[in-house]
Amino acid sequence: MSDLVQPLPMTDTPVKVAPLRVSERHVAGALILALCAVLVLIIALPLWALLSKSLENTDGKFVGLANFVSYATTPSLFYSLLNSLLVAGVTTAIVVPLAFLYAYALRRSCIPAKGAFYAAAMVPVFAPSLLSGLALIYLFGNQGILKSWMMGASLYGPVGIIAAEVLYCFPHAMLILVTALALSDGRLREAADAMGTSRWRIFHTITLPGARYGVISATFVVFTLVITDFGIPKVIGGQFSVLATDAYRQVVGQQNFPMGAVVGIILLVPAVLAFFVDRVVQRRQSAMLSARAVPYVPKPERRRDLGLLGFVSLVALAIVGPYAIAFWGSFVKYWPYNLSLTLGNYDFSAVEPDGWGPYRNSLLLASLTAVIGTSLIFTGAYLIEKVKLFPRLRAFAQFLAMLPMAVPGLVLGLGYVFFYNAGWNPLGFLYGTLAILVINTVAHFYTVGHITALTSLKQLDGEFESVSASLKVPFWSTFRRVTAPICLPAILDIAVYVFVNALTTVSAVIFLYGADTKLASIAIVHMDEAGAMASAAGMASVIMATAIAVKLLHVGLDNLVFGRLQQWRQR
Amino acid sequence: MSTTTTPFLSVRNLAKNFGAFRALHDIDLDIHRGEFVCFLGPSGCGKTTLLRAVAGLDLQDSGTIHMGGRDVSHASPSERDFGIVFQSYALFPNLTVADNVGYGLVNRRRTRDEIAKRVNELLTLVGLPEQGRKYPVQLSGGQQQRVALARALATAPELLLLDEPLSALDAKVRERLRGEMRSLQQRLGVTTIMVTHDQEEALAMADRIVVMRDGAVEQVGSPEEIYRRPATPFVADFVGHMTFMDAIVTGPGKVRVDELDLVVANAAPFAAGTPVRLAMRPEEVRTRGIGAETPNRFEATIGDLAFLGSYCRAHLEPTGSRATRIAADFSSNAMRDLGIVPGQVRTVAFPPEALHVFAGEGR
Repeated sequence: MSDLVQPLPMTDTPVKVAPLRVSERHVAGALILALCAVLVLIIALPLWALLSKSLENTDGKFVGLANFVSYATTPSLFYSLLNSLLVAGVTTAIVVPLAFLYAYALRRSCIPAKGAFYAAAMVPVFAPSLLSGLALIYLFGNQGILKSWMMGASLYGPVGIIAAEVLYCFPHAMLILVTALALSDGRLREAADAMGTSRWRIFHTITLPGARYGVISATFVVFTLVITDFGIPKVIGGQFSVLATDAYRQVVGQQNFPMGAVVGIILLVPAVLAFFVDRVVQRRQSAMLSARAVPYVPKPERRRDLGLLGFVSLVALAIVGPYAIAFWGSFVKYWPYNLSLTLGNYDFSAVEPDGWGPYRNSLLLASLTAVIGTSLIFTGAYLIEKVKLFPRLRAFAQFLAMLPMAVPGLVLGLGYVFFYNAGWNPLGFLYGTLAILVINTVAHFYTVGHITALTSLKQLDGEFESVSASLKVPFWSTFRRVTAPICLPAILDIAVYVFVNALTTVSAVIFLYGADTKLASIAIVHMDEAGAMASAAGMASVIMATAIAVKLLHVGLDNLVFGRLQQWRQR
Repeated sequence: MSTTTTPFLSVRNLAKNFGAFRALHDIDLDIHRGEFVCFLGPSGCGKTTLLRAVAGLDLQDSGTIHMGGRDVSHASPSERDFGIVFQSYALFPNLTVADNVGYGLVNRRRTRDEIAKRVNELLTLVGLPEQGRKYPVQLSGGQQQRVALARALATAPELLLLDEPLSALDAKVRERLRGEMRSLQQRLGVTTIMVTHDQEEALAMADRIVVMRDGAVEQVGSPEEIYRRPATPFVADFVGHMTFMDAIVTGPGKVRVDELDLVVANAAPFAAGTPVRLAMRPEEVRTRGIGAETPNRFEATIGDLAFLGSYCRAHLEPTGSRATRIAADFSSNAMRDLGIVPGQVRTVAFPPEALHVFAGEGR
């Protein structure tokens, strides 16, 4: 046995070991530098281009804040700002309470079929935002089957925008609130019950304060989503202009880049504000719950459960219904006069020169973005979290990785136009290619993926890298053999998130597509403009079906990963 | 280059700060080939920081570390030659036990058969043959600990570092593994450093103990030296139990505690009239074989008695003394033979060589 641990000959040690050190440090440094360079190129420089463009006139001369002054003094532009604030404010005021009650029913009551209600509320996530607009037009528009419900009022304008935004934003608010309501200490409830506290008092002294950070967070998220959304006002807004449609008109319609940049920066304000509020809230939220808290398990209570079941059913119907109608409408010959079914609307070549081409482009974009984006995001998060060299560079990369969260897609898209379309930019050849769409989409959805990756990496034992170093195994081997396999579920999460969003996004890419790279979501906008609403609904339905299919595949794959493929997870 | 007289590991003037906090300062330490050394101290004393500096996982701010005659002060962990076991074990959960143990062997241009053979040897060595195909989650804590040990030893490192390797285990398992690890270390002769806050563990396992406090070395010595001749009141108090008494030096080798005049063997360099602290271990208080010639003999009342299994701890109140209470341990045998009960007045004695004299308060 004693020959097991024979000291290595002294002369051998430095020779054997020295090259390892050089290469490992160099590789780590090169990778972190490369990560920083990529993030600067896809996030920092486009934003910088947007800022500097807003301070120039149309000839590229520096004019200070002159553009902002002329924006504020042009009534038509200024009214869009007020319109945006109105629409976002009202939508938020409707969505947050509804989503709170819905989330409350899912977390704190004993209603049946919680999974189905959860899934129903998530439906809008899988569709382009403008599908909710199309759905409402089918119901309440000029040819709507329920037009009488409008009592003469017009859907096209603030009413339609708000209704569609409520549909579109509901799942985002609900997700945040479900999480917030999950974080509660059951012992507090038990203590209150033991003291004979009334239900209303429990609600406003324990439940509401416990979830208040979630409510704040949801409020900001919904407000930002609405104010930066482009698809819905485009489809259902009529003459009612908002910031997002203004930005599009200034840049694409009038080629007034500086004014487009000004609108972009105004759109940045609520998003940046929401970002910082969210960070503060996150910090407070995690401090609130001690490690010894016991999760609250609701007990059946007939009257409350029945009431909530009624409410939840109504909301679920109100969400799924319109999407179902739009899906149905896409098969209808001539809404609402000839309701016989046809596949004709799916022959997109009648209204779109490229036929099904945009859908194929979208699939390609989503696949490429999922593969490239997930690799970049996860590797980047690993370098930032686990490689303990070059702390300053890593902090810089971390900052850039968190930045896209505060940048609405529309604003990022504008930045890309200004940066990659600039005459001096050697990367200008990318403009109008699929590559720039992929790059932009990766940047657009970077932060959520990054946070998912970080969360999963932080759960790993911090000493894996130390052990590997002591065994003289370079970090990339440990990444390949240990870290990535353990984080596979998180990697799948990121890939599916990026894929679904790449499929449904309109806002950033609307500025960047070229003749050969038109995407399905953009084709929908064009079909709608051309009055081919059934085809627009058809294309949107195809997108939605694809996104849902991918999500179901993900669920199946996850079961496989946790079940058969990774048996080490079970005792 | 290295001979038996030059130390295998030598640390000089090592210092590290975390902001304003001095985690380590003025650390000088030599460790010889084949030694088992324990870094012992309360949490926050810098023992883990020192271990991580030796490993190169957290570099020191200043000072040098030489390993096997080579200056490794600024070397990365992979340039140093050590195996390490962490408190959490850090076993790779997605790899089998065999793959975990063979993790460091794969890169070293060995054939698959060679690796398999070596892994088997190691698993046999730590007493886990036939367990190679299981995953870590299927093993008990003690088994996981042994796998981590086998993995650390797989590449035949010259230095084995153990960071609180036993503290996540149950008391019984801990005690058994303590003995197993020590005998394994002696068989392999691998130089070993273990960090622990458990003084019993350090006493049972180490060749030498480095007692640390507030980022500095308080005392270095064999377990017996540390226990029998603590250099400072801190060491005396931290390792084992100790009763402290305020006293005044009355002459060469003589001190007075309250009304008691005592003789001490370790004539410390204190002038008469100097206030000192006198310390004594509870098990050193004698109750048997006391004759007229026995020094430091006095009457005391047995105060409360605490039953602690194999022995009882009593608090003695010397007759005529106001405040002094002295802890004394009596074996179960002594309890039975002498019929010790609370409230009894007995003659007891302090052996002069068991009394430690430290500088008094304010010095």
